[in-house]
Amino acid sequence: MTMSPVRTGHGAQHATSDSRAPRRKSRAGRQMAARWPSYVVLVITAIAFIAPFYYTIVIASRSNAQMNQVPPPLIPGGELWSNFAAAWNTPQANIPKALVNSLMVSTTVTVGTVFFGTLAGFAFAKLRFTGRNALFGFTIGTMMIPPTLGVIPLYILMANLHWTDQLQSVILPTVVTAFGVFFMRQALVEALPDELVEAGRVDGASAFRIFWSIVLPIARPAMAVLAMLTFMTSWNDFFWPIIALTSNNPTVQVALNNLGGGYVPDHSIIMAGTLLCTLPLIVIFLFLGRQIVGGIMQGAVKG
Amino acid sequence: MTTSSSTHRLAPPPPPGRPAASARPERSAWRQRLSRWDTKASPYAFVSPFLLLFLGFGIFPLIYTAYMSLYNYRLGGTKTWAGLGNFTWLFQDQFFWNALKNTVTLGIISTVPQLLIALGLAHVLNYQLRARNFYRVTMLMPYATSVAAATLVFSQLFGRDYGLINWMLGLVGVDHIDWQNGSWSGQVAIAIIVTWRWTGYNALIYLAGMQSISQDLYEAAAIDGASRWRQFTNVTLPGLRPTILFTIVVSTIGATQLFGEPYLFSGGGQQAYNGGASHQYQTLSLYMYQQGWQYLQLGRAAAVAWATLLLVVVFVVLNLTIARMRDRTPKIPATAAVEEVAR
Repeated sequence: MTMSPVRTGHGAQHATSDSRAPRRKSRAGRQMAARWPSYVVLVITAIAFIAPFYYTIVIASRSNAQMNQVPPPLIPGGELWSNFAAAWNTPQANIPKALVNSLMVSTTVTVGTVFFGTLAGFAFAKLRFTGRNALFGFTIGTMMIPPTLGVIPLYILMANLHWTDQLQSVILPTVVTAFGVFFMRQALVEALPDELVEAGRVDGASAFRIFWSIVLPIARPAMAVLAMLTFMTSWNDFFWPIIALTSNNPTVQVALNNLGGGYVPDHSIIMAGTLLCTLPLIVIFLFLGRQIVGGIMQGAVKG
Repeated sequence: MTTSSSTHRLAPPPPPGRPAASARPERSAWRQRLSRWDTKASPYAFVSPFLLLFLGFGIFPLIYTAYMSLYNYRLGGTKTWAGLGNFTWLFQDQFFWNALKNTVTLGIISTVPQLLIALGLAHVLNYQLRARNFYRVTMLMPYATSVAAATLVFSQLFGRDYGLINWMLGLVGVDHIDWQNGSWSGQVAIAIIVTWRWTGYNALIYLAGMQSISQDLYEAAAIDGASRWRQFTNVTLPGLRPTILFTIVVSTIGATQLFGEPYLFSGGGQQAYNGGASHQYQTLSLYMYQQGWQYLQLGRAAAVAWATLLLVVVFVVLNLTIARMRDRTPKIPATAAVEEVAR
């Protein structure tokens, strides 16, 4: 059900999504209906979750002077475009370059994480080789260690390579993740029948050919989910980018850090810049929100 | 299936049992050897891009941090042996203990309410709802927002003189609170930002866990006359145990890493490094950042990193132990009955 938008029409995929559908339906039919207090709780929470977004627009569309009033304005004003322009042209933030950079970084990281994750995930899920369990155990074990603890040597490494302030310094540390491998392995253990791999081998296909022609089509729904999660995480990555990059060559989070770091006294411009840097992700989210929700919930059940 | 038939066309399989192509035995032997080699080597080829990059940029830095913590390592300068000097220095620095204390208190006041609210929300979301996708997507929107964006917006909302929150508090007669410079108020504000960002995410994780609990258990409980609240405490909570443990571990680790929120909430400049004018919300991550990138003392920063790792381990072990102890408390008879019925 959650997979439908990325359905590609391969036989195997229909089989998996069809086998799931009836179980879900019958379950939903037996669920208890919500009573009015539930709706009250949900509406209040939804408002609390949305309000900061709304208020960002309010501040970004007003002048600083208008914001410094009691009571504070509650509806948007007419200064949105001029604030956008001011934020866009703030040299300390360098938002135009930041948007291009973030697009490049997040896209590269997403492609890398998904491709290498699927490749390694397939090997861990379905191929037999010496040391497989040890390597996979090691991968899972390191997932719990926060990567921020390694930033100091990472910084020295990047400085020695003269890569600080260059995009590869933020791409390379995240272009493969243990989570990506784990996620794809769990997905493939379930979705990929052993017989298919075996059939490919009997037919004389090489391992890479099996990966390319059999595994990839079946892995596509899970790859799409991983891609969305990875893109989001990469776009929002904060700690390492503000160490590795400066305003000469920022990602959007570095730009936001510089925008909010005290150089710009005008709150409306800061909020307009925040909106500019958040908008691409919010747009993606409005289109793919349901799939992302489905992906997180699936990941939770498997993990 | 379509795919396997297409490979079929490309490479016709040898008839089973008998070695194929007896007309050209040398070619076939070569192919077999190639194929055997392919089966052996390919798995390593498939995992090696991941492993190499992961070792180089993930694991090596982690280990090297331990080595660095034993040196006086100045950014762009000298490196001399320090032994445990960085650690003894750390344990004598009042700001280290302050940061440790802040990390613990911030961790508690941001994680506990967050997970409790998420549990309640998930319970409500688990009912049959109109427009349920709308609620689910809304819950996850804060998760899609970056730390920086969220903190900058909340800094405005928490403004002392013109912030919306102080204004609303004023309507019910509460005096203006200086969220940015107050000590407890600053921590509360940061905890609210963290809670806002992560509650929906955790609610969805719980919801996924709840949906994998068998409906039969609920029906059995309903037949026994259990109220919705009793069904929640006696069916949902026990069924959700592994999920709850998972979220506790993940949020605990996240709490020890708090950086962006206190850094940006302080308003920039020296206050950002200090985590507020009087270090009132300087976390361990922030303290590490200050040692490394303001004072250029990378050896000390590395020592902080290892102290943080230690804290993570202690937190996780403590949480898991508490969770296990709760498991040993005697069950209410009703739960046992429900489980009996389900069996």
